[in-house]
Amino acid sequence: MKSLIQLTVNGRLVEAAVEPNRTLLQFLREDLELTGPKHGCGLGDCGACTVILDGKPVNSCLVLAVQANGREVLTIEGLAENGKLHPIQQAFVDKGAIQCGFCTPGMILSAKALLDANPRPTEQEIRLAISGNLCRCTGYQKIVEAVGEAAKTIQGMEVS
Amino acid sequence: MTQFQVLNTRAPRLDAPAKATGQAKYADDLTMPGMLWGAILHSPYAHAKILHIDTSKALKLPGVKAVVTAKEAGLIKYGVSPARYDETLFAYEKVRYVGDEIAAVAAVDQATAQEALDLIKVDYEELPAVFDMFEAMKEGAPQIHDEFPGNLNAEVHQEFGDVEAAMAASDLVISHTFLNKRQDAAFIEPHACMAVFDSDGRLTVHSSTQVPHYAQRTIAMVLQMPIGKVRVVKPYVGGGFGPKAEATPLEMSAAFLSRLSGKPVKMTYTREEVFLHSRARHQFYAEMSLGVKKDGTMLGLKNKAVLDGGAYTSFGIATVYYSGSLLGGPYKLQGMKYDGYRVYTNRPACGAQRGHGGVAHRAAFEQLLDMTAEKLGMDPIEMRLKNIMKRGDTTVNELDMSSLGMEECIQAVRDASGWNEKKGRLPKGKGIGAACGFFVSGAGYPIYRSDTYHSTVVIKVSEDGGIATVLTGSAEIGQGSDTMVAMFAAETLGIPLDNVRVVSGDTDLSVDLGAYSSRQTLMTGHATKEAAEQVREQIVQLLADDLGYEASSITFRDGIVLFDGGPGNFEKVRTMYIKEHRGWTDPPHGEYLTFREAARLAYLKKGTLVGTGKYKPPKLGGSYKGAAVGTSPAYGCSAQVAEVSVDMETGEVTVDRMYDAHDCGLAVNRTQVEGQMQGSLSMGLGETLFEEVKFDSRGRILNASLGEYRIPTALDMPNVDTVIVESNEPKGPYGAKEVGEGAIMPTIPAILNAIYDATGIRVNELPSSSERLYMKLKSKE
Repeated sequence: MKSLIQLTVNGRLVEAAVEPNRTLLQFLREDLELTGPKHGCGLGDCGACTVILDGKPVNSCLVLAVQANGREVLTIEGLAENGKLHPIQQAFVDKGAIQCGFCTPGMILSAKALLDANPRPTEQEIRLAISGNLCRCTGYQKIVEAVGEAAKTIQGMEVS
Repeated sequence: MTQFQVLNTRAPRLDAPAKATGQAKYADDLTMPGMLWGAILHSPYAHAKILHIDTSKALKLPGVKAVVTAKEAGLIKYGVSPARYDETLFAYEKVRYVGDEIAAVAAVDQATAQEALDLIKVDYEELPAVFDMFEAMKEGAPQIHDEFPGNLNAEVHQEFGDVEAAMAASDLVISHTFLNKRQDAAFIEPHACMAVFDSDGRLTVHSSTQVPHYAQRTIAMVLQMPIGKVRVVKPYVGGGFGPKAEATPLEMSAAFLSRLSGKPVKMTYTREEVFLHSRARHQFYAEMSLGVKKDGTMLGLKNKAVLDGGAYTSFGIATVYYSGSLLGGPYKLQGMKYDGYRVYTNRPACGAQRGHGGVAHRAAFEQLLDMTAEKLGMDPIEMRLKNIMKRGDTTVNELDMSSLGMEECIQAVRDASGWNEKKGRLPKGKGIGAACGFFVSGAGYPIYRSDTYHSTVVIKVSEDGGIATVLTGSAEIGQGSDTMVAMFAAETLGIPLDNVRVVSGDTDLSVDLGAYSSRQTLMTGHATKEAAEQVREQIVQLLADDLGYEASSITFRDGIVLFDGGPGNFEKVRTMYIKEHRGWTDPPHGEYLTFREAARLAYLKKGTLVGTGKYKPPKLGGSYKGAAVGTSPAYGCSAQVAEVSVDMETGEVTVDRMYDAHDCGLAVNRTQVEGQMQGSLSMGLGETLFEEVKFDSRGRILNASLGEYRIPTALDMPNVDTVIVESNEPKGPYGAKEVGEGAIMPTIPAILNAIYDATGIRVNELPSSSERLYMKLKSKE
């Protein structure tokens, strides 16, 4: 028995009928064809499916689509505005924080949630914020540097 | 000051924007109209006879479109090396590990496919199983393959120089044993694929593979199709590290199911299936003795290896050779003896993983060096430097170190870490340790015996002359090979990186053996350079003829054309170009002729401009049995220093900082070289401190998830000081060689040597978990 849900995804209102056991990740990937959130484990271990739900980063494989009813979801596809990369995305590109890229969407969204709440994080705060996002390629160093760089860029933008 | 325009810079990766915005498509992101979902039925037993398989109920389930077992798929034996084709796609007669494939189904959705698996009835007769490599070697152990008595999958016996004489001449001989644990590659993207037949009977498999070429060959062989009728396409791949370097049952099952159903079939491994089927790092047991003179001169090395291969061979023949051959350097030896045994057990098969075959034995050897130095009262770095090989040296097993910045690497990490001030001077619980290693820049020979080129590349220039497109079968798997290829092309053509496009990872484009053995920078790099030179020379010649210049006077640089180093007289060409493009908004201007105009002229004279390049290594290696494994046109090398803190109450180890110097010949892209160094190190750190695939008493994996199988998080990793050493390899394109795997070699022993420095405890079994170290600390008290 499907339920009707209504939610905002990347700023747009979406209405859909979903099975009660459909995860938010399945809903985004298969129904909305937003394949930026990745399926790495299905158990909430790897963080590749991270999206921002009402301002907080969540593993979308552990959230049911029906639980997102009436709420606001941001996926990686909704971050760049008018084709211009968000400063976190730009820093990931510039600093070499991306290798295979499979963890990247989740990593960037965890970083965004951090910088929204804490615009000037310490290195340790950055590491803690992304500790639920596994990366096997980079050893994290360039990711941590990229988040720090993005924080500076965003600060600079706000000052000017 | 660099002589290059594009190479040796920190250019951002070509694919970074697509990956940062979620636009990059991986295999599991693909969909096709009418697509079915496939799933695989696995054996629940580690060792059992198959008495009967009944698929009739599954076939009757509404929504099921195809079921395939050994009966339909046939009994074609395959594997990685033709010398050991020991598996069939689906088990027949018996199963050999928990997870062995029995059948596959395709259905309209995932849930129906899963339900169908439950309806397949298999009658088994359980057989005694063996899970331990030493038990498996004993007389009377259960036999896993009839053709391999004693469960001995492969054995290697090699001796170089006179090892007995070297040991007899030694003043001191020290021995050590070492045991690592099965490590999972734990790439974040599980394997996925989509197989589809077109109306002409041609099969296309989109797959998360490191090696489209080998996957194509194996799929064609098992499906009994001509190779030309199979195309393998690699979308973006979410990490490989070795286990995606062979054709998988996933790809072949999907192909059979697509053939039977007439529909595209998509299949994805669950994370648990990745643990079962991803042929990752073997468990190695190393037994080693090193003989030295009183002054620290190394003379002889005896090395014995036992490898738990699991149920099938996979890459294992190469693995067991590498455990010996990769100890031939970077230190001079007079004699080296190696005995290796790879043993079958009723566990999932193991294969190639970053640092293939070399990592555990390197860890044992580099600890043995420290133990020896301590006995001699020498500084361990001094002892390494005393025995170090240099450019042009040949190892005792005939590997040619045509460039080797090993000494520079050691000195760099010694100085960066403040080694001389710290070694022997840190308080209890704090330690510092060092180690070295080297690795091939591409295997000297293909996996199957063949005279094939290892890489071919095609470069095509767009008709307006603006863009050079590189077509290559090489595999971008996250390491940055597309960007590497583009940088080689741009540098050689003398155009900006922006003007190069790369299309890769498709067997229709060119032959390339793919991403394994750290081969693409050297081999695909050479082929790209040659293709670009061909394009450049054609344009130069046509331009010279047209304008009356000597060809040798014309050069391209950053997208402009220089005649005798200056602007020259090119009005005729510019006028022609502008006439043709009247009304366009970007007419060429400025005091120099542009590459675009020159390439347009060449097109008008000759048609589409194409250059082709190719590479295969020269004949390498000695004449002894197994001499092929370990050969390479060139070797990368690295040295690392680790600083650790050990909690003396709990045994918990924190790696505080690491220093890593790697000689990659020429850093094609400095940022990406550092990325490979830091990433290698994180995989080594995980293997040292916590990674271990665990099994229960019936051969079932206990921790087949990324929650229970721990890999390093951002909180576990220290910052790494990276130093790039560039020795200008004579056999590499523009001097370049590997970085992707050599950089993992020193990590385990550097950390273990640091733990010894901190605690006085020599860890000879991985992982060095707090539990293991705690027990050792307690028993020492």
